[in-house]
Amino acid sequence: MKPPTALKGVKILEYCTTVSGAYCTKLMADLGAEVIKIEPPGTGDGARRKPPFQNDQPDPEKSGLFIYINTNKLGITLDPEKKQGAEIFRKLVQRADILIEDHQPGEMEKMGLGYDELKKIHPGLIMAAITPFGQTGPYRNHKAYQLNISQMSGQGYMLPLVSLDDTRPPVKVGGNNGNFDPGLVASIAVMAALFWRTLSGKGQYIGMSKLEALMSMQRVESVCFPNSGVNMTRLGSVQNKNPGGVIPCKDGYVVLITPEEHQWKNFLKLMGDPAWSREDWCLDKIERMENVERIQTEILKWAKDKTKEEIFRKGQALSVPIAPTNTAEDIVNSPQFNAREFFIPMDHPALGHISKFPSSPYRFSKTPWQIHRPAPALGEHNEQIYLEELKISRDDIKRLKESAVI
Amino acid sequence: MENLGPLKTIRVVEFTSAWAGPYATCLLGFLGAEVIKVESRQRPDHSRNLSFTTGRKFETLDESEVFNNLNLNKLSVSLNLKKPQAVEIAKKLIAISDVVMENMRPGVIPRLGLGYDVVRELKPDIIYLSSSACGQTGPDREYVGYAPTFAALSGLPHITGYPDWPPSNFMGSIDLRSACTSAFAILAALYHLRQTGEGQYIDLASQEAIAVFAGDIFMDYVMNGRIQVRKGNKDDVMAPHNCYRCKGDDKWISIVTASEEEWVSLCNAMGKPELAGDERFKDMPARKANEEEMDRIITEWTQDQDYYDVMNRLQAVGVAASPSLSSEALFEDPHLKERGVFRQVDHPVIGKNWVIGPPWRLTETPAQFRSPGPMLGQHTDDVFQNYLGMAPEEIERLRTEKVIY
Repeated sequence: MKPPTALKGVKILEYCTTVSGAYCTKLMADLGAEVIKIEPPGTGDGARRKPPFQNDQPDPEKSGLFIYINTNKLGITLDPEKKQGAEIFRKLVQRADILIEDHQPGEMEKMGLGYDELKKIHPGLIMAAITPFGQTGPYRNHKAYQLNISQMSGQGYMLPLVSLDDTRPPVKVGGNNGNFDPGLVASIAVMAALFWRTLSGKGQYIGMSKLEALMSMQRVESVCFPNSGVNMTRLGSVQNKNPGGVIPCKDGYVVLITPEEHQWKNFLKLMGDPAWSREDWCLDKIERMENVERIQTEILKWAKDKTKEEIFRKGQALSVPIAPTNTAEDIVNSPQFNAREFFIPMDHPALGHISKFPSSPYRFSKTPWQIHRPAPALGEHNEQIYLEELKISRDDIKRLKESAVI
Repeated sequence: MENLGPLKTIRVVEFTSAWAGPYATCLLGFLGAEVIKVESRQRPDHSRNLSFTTGRKFETLDESEVFNNLNLNKLSVSLNLKKPQAVEIAKKLIAISDVVMENMRPGVIPRLGLGYDVVRELKPDIIYLSSSACGQTGPDREYVGYAPTFAALSGLPHITGYPDWPPSNFMGSIDLRSACTSAFAILAALYHLRQTGEGQYIDLASQEAIAVFAGDIFMDYVMNGRIQVRKGNKDDVMAPHNCYRCKGDDKWISIVTASEEEWVSLCNAMGKPELAGDERFKDMPARKANEEEMDRIITEWTQDQDYYDVMNRLQAVGVAASPSLSSEALFEDPHLKERGVFRQVDHPVIGKNWVIGPPWRLTETPAQFRSPGPMLGQHTDDVFQNYLGMAPEEIERLRTEKVIY
């Protein structure tokens, strides 16, 4: 028997086109919420067309990204822009606790599915809109993809850290991080609103700006200018003042930070207490900052013929905050990640057996994160939802299919 | 200020320092939870001493803008947990709370006598979250970590930056991602508590909180054996997909086109409609194959223009374009101004201090700033007298004995 789940009984309707919205509901689906994911008939969710694909063969059922961010969901197809589609959408809303959508401001209203309308038929509904710039403000209708949001939020401006010069443009965080961040930030407000609903019985509307979600991760750096007149940049004027940072070694890189004096001393031990470190110009933090280039040169010399694993293990044995810059391969094979069963086996109808599927960062003692079903195939649960849940007749379902409503 | 937040019935007691712990409970505080921070000048939260961001050292423990920014709305009580009497008082606080969060090195808080096993005897339905760099279990559990190191372990830095430059380092934003993850986990547990009356323990590993952001990167390795590397701003499919130099010092505009329609609009906006018919750029795969040449042509057009002018021109024709903004530029941005994203709080020592507003707009239960980040021990007397019923003389005695310190 499977253990209990934290969000058992919570019903979520996902009507999203971007990775952010899908990631938000994944977080809740993986903790036991029932998530019905609405995809456009025919084409399906955009993430189905995004890599990585198994064997690099584009196939809407074999996108590693789609499969990763849609675990535990039920998938249906529906076009709410059609009148009959909107009617079905309303029925789905009525049986849900939470609606997550990520369409441009005004689009839901155009379909008669804005919060003011939906609230009339379901006053307890929690509805969250995750859009690039929020529902108000001069840029509310601007178009933006992950790269745009990442750059505008102040995050990009500081990456890569430390840049060797500023002839190259700032970059975004690698992968889909900029898409996942807003989903995670949204999930916090949605869960809080759900908690409040258990006390008050009341629903509400939550407006979310992806831009502000990314800015919230930079809340300290973002206020440096108004508070101190300082702009942090990717040239790393602060990072470059201290020995350490990203250090090349024999087979990759390690990262070192020694905010405490005893950590620096332990790092010297790791390097075998070199003679230069006992000289006057190296004894205290201020002097080290003045001589940072000289020290850094010595560190690079020391590291270059050592492996990242060797530096990591020996350094941590001395309580030095040092770690390798892991690749995907390092992590999938990491003893620590595997000891904690971060990767789990999962069977997927299209991909087959996946030996190491990434799971979650939290271990709940009573309600563990768990997989109940892999990401849905396009329209996989149409019958279950339309026939069994909404009691639409087989004939009507056939007609709706013919008119491309579902 | 009246607390209108959705979590106003919840009390959190926290034993956290630095960024990842404090910001997690700060988020709960924005949403109305009452957060009591237990801290001591015997070993102060380092964000009271130093800004990792600017490198600034603070003269006293009560003037750090970093601490303020990450500890808004909280109450602070002083307890030197090395003293058994302080531990007993902490237990009393826990007994009247719903949530405990700590982010000490694994093993430390049980040694202090405040581990989950002890605490759940006092309060069986407590929700208790331990946040650490590598987690409470596994061979690396006691490894010491800060944002740059657990970021490195997570896989994100290896894919961030340029292929021929070193991987990017990461600072505090990584802590705040871990913090958001903790806040979400606590809220899920609170919902379960509300439904079933059951509390529980949550072991959160920051390196895993960041690794989940690279989930699709691991899928590529597991499915295809590919080890992804840094690729600047480039996308596997879309092109143009980059930042382009604009007029001024270190000014850049990000431009992305995801469809033929957007590409044609971009060509027209650049006054180069002929590019749309150019063989080299005829479809997305062609543009991807000739990306460098295409980026050079786009840069020729952007480099003498103000980045906001480029944004306005392109957004007007439905092309995604946004400038790369510094702290100063964010502060001046008209959209963020209209939405009130930068807010000032009145801090008793710092004075007026700018912080970033909560990242959500809730119509019924707004997220709020009710008070600035507390001074160390600012609420000791208030909390110990009014919540725990301790007499002023007793508090004074404990102060002399450095239990309250």
